[in-house]
Amino acid sequence: MTTETREPRSARARIAVAGARATTESNFGTRDQKDRVESLVFVGILVVGVGAALLGLVGIIAWAAVKGRPLLTTRLITEGPSTIDIANAGYRPAIIGSIYLMLGVIVLIVPLGVGAAVYLEEFADKTKWWNRLIELNIQNLAGVPSIVFGILGLGFIARGPLSLGFVAAAGSLTLALLVLPTVILAAREAIKSVPPSIREGSLALGVTPWQTVRRQVLPAALPGILTGVILAVSRAIGETAPLLLVGAATFVTFDPDFFNSRYSALPVQIFTYAGRPQEEFRILAAAGVILMLGVVLLMNSVAIFLRSRYEDRI
Amino acid sequence: MTTSTIAAPSDGAPERRTLGAAGPRHGEKLVLASLAACAVVSVVVTTAIVFTLVTPSIDFFRAVPITEFLTGTTWQPAFSNAAFGVLPIVVGTLSVTVIALAVAIPIGLCCAVYLSEYAGRRARKILKPILEILEGIPTVATGLFAFFFLRPFLEDVLPFLPWGGIFSLFVAGIGVGLLIVPLVSSVADDALRAVPPGLREGAYALGASKFEVTTRVVFPSALSGIIAAFVLGMSRAIGETMVVLIAAGGGNPNLSFNPMESMQTMTAFIGRTATGDISQGTIKYDTIFAVGTLLFFMTLTVNVIAIRLVRRFREVYE
Repeated sequence: MTTETREPRSARARIAVAGARATTESNFGTRDQKDRVESLVFVGILVVGVGAALLGLVGIIAWAAVKGRPLLTTRLITEGPSTIDIANAGYRPAIIGSIYLMLGVIVLIVPLGVGAAVYLEEFADKTKWWNRLIELNIQNLAGVPSIVFGILGLGFIARGPLSLGFVAAAGSLTLALLVLPTVILAAREAIKSVPPSIREGSLALGVTPWQTVRRQVLPAALPGILTGVILAVSRAIGETAPLLLVGAATFVTFDPDFFNSRYSALPVQIFTYAGRPQEEFRILAAAGVILMLGVVLLMNSVAIFLRSRYEDRI
Repeated sequence: MTTSTIAAPSDGAPERRTLGAAGPRHGEKLVLASLAACAVVSVVVTTAIVFTLVTPSIDFFRAVPITEFLTGTTWQPAFSNAAFGVLPIVVGTLSVTVIALAVAIPIGLCCAVYLSEYAGRRARKILKPILEILEGIPTVATGLFAFFFLRPFLEDVLPFLPWGGIFSLFVAGIGVGLLIVPLVSSVADDALRAVPPGLREGAYALGASKFEVTTRVVFPSALSGIIAAFVLGMSRAIGETMVVLIAAGGGNPNLSFNPMESMQTMTAFIGRTATGDISQGTIKYDTIFAVGTLLFFMTLTVNVIAIRLVRRFREVYE
């Protein structure tokens, strides 16, 4: 090239010259070939990466489906665990335990999560340090490992100050506290996306702030909040580690109740079966995984479908 | 007329209402107070976590000097000649994290760059929800997949590696990596999409190719958000329990850097110990809380860094 006459002084001039040079070069077509090869290789690498992610994640589902297929019968739901009669063993008490756990989780997280989100979005004065502390605290709580919530369940809920004992109620409270930050963050996003004009219109008609929230903001934010709750519950269904610490690891052959008996949960029972040396138990564990994945992935799909419909509308 | 007796204002003028409230609205205040109480619950939970972790840890550190705990290289809390040097299980945790990130960073980044820069509208509309749905796969399922499928599969494909017993930290690390791919991908994707289109258009106007725009303009602009994605993935990997418990086993915690062997991590230790029958007030029981405290502060540090980084990229472009 013939541009070696003089180096431009300012940084801006240098960028302009570099840009002009690149344009000229690409116009002359000397780089076309190189660009095309570079681009092709790069896109190839990206597609391989995406393929690896999908292959690995779908592989989990495929493995469970193939391995657990022979024992995927209604007996999984109707029969209790057994160490002798493996062919007829199932997950009945664990499924009942999981249903109890989830009912408890829903009852706790809906009012607590939505209440906290409404407070932070609609009423909290962001300049006050205590409100900023609450926000920062929720963000950090969302990143606390689930096993640490298990320790909270062991030392504070099952034993210690609350002393509920190793019952489903303790497991439920532990899981609810674990997913609470997720619900609050999702509900806040949903409330934030309600246009301010709706609030202003309502307030201008002389409606009180709380009535505005209850009659206008919450109904408009409902799909978003529902998405958050469904995702949180689906996460709680699959959580295993905290439940190991709150007593769900026991061998339960009877139908548990909420406050008084020992209990088990579906993922914990899967883990216990998988730990046994016999091959039949491993197949049984894989069949349990199919059951659990079915419920969890269905819930996630509903939540994400709901959100995309809702986003389109706004 | 029979109704005249019911409503008969004396002077004929309609009753006037004031614009302000007739009285103090106690109901509104009560509602506001209960909403604030809901928000305070999260602070109470954090306080309860710290209280629960620290109280038994104090008992523990009365029996075991804190320097021995943090610098000791032998971890045998269950043996009669007990030793409480936490380093072996910290090394276990860090090894899993490094392997997991080595899997999740390239794959997650490929997904993010593809989704944000290269995928068409339709491809994005299909791929993005699929990744989000798969993010919900329970960790116990990933653990079983790693142990029953990946372990024998990788041994067939890579027979030259020094495979040890049936448990392997290497396989656990790959399982954890797979688990955090959707997380890394979605946070990095958000960061890339937050880069204003004007920057891309400016670079195209100067004649840059798509590859150059992506790697030299968009990527550097989104760097803090992309690093935040890695850091969040790291925090998830440090705290992951089930995959490690299943695939790496709770085996004997030697201070070893060979990831092909069974190795214990901090989370796997807590999970394994708490599953057995242990009575309150023993040193073994307190050990769970001491390790939990260390784990809590490690992830807290990592999370604080991640939150800072995310805030930075939001400040620049939003």
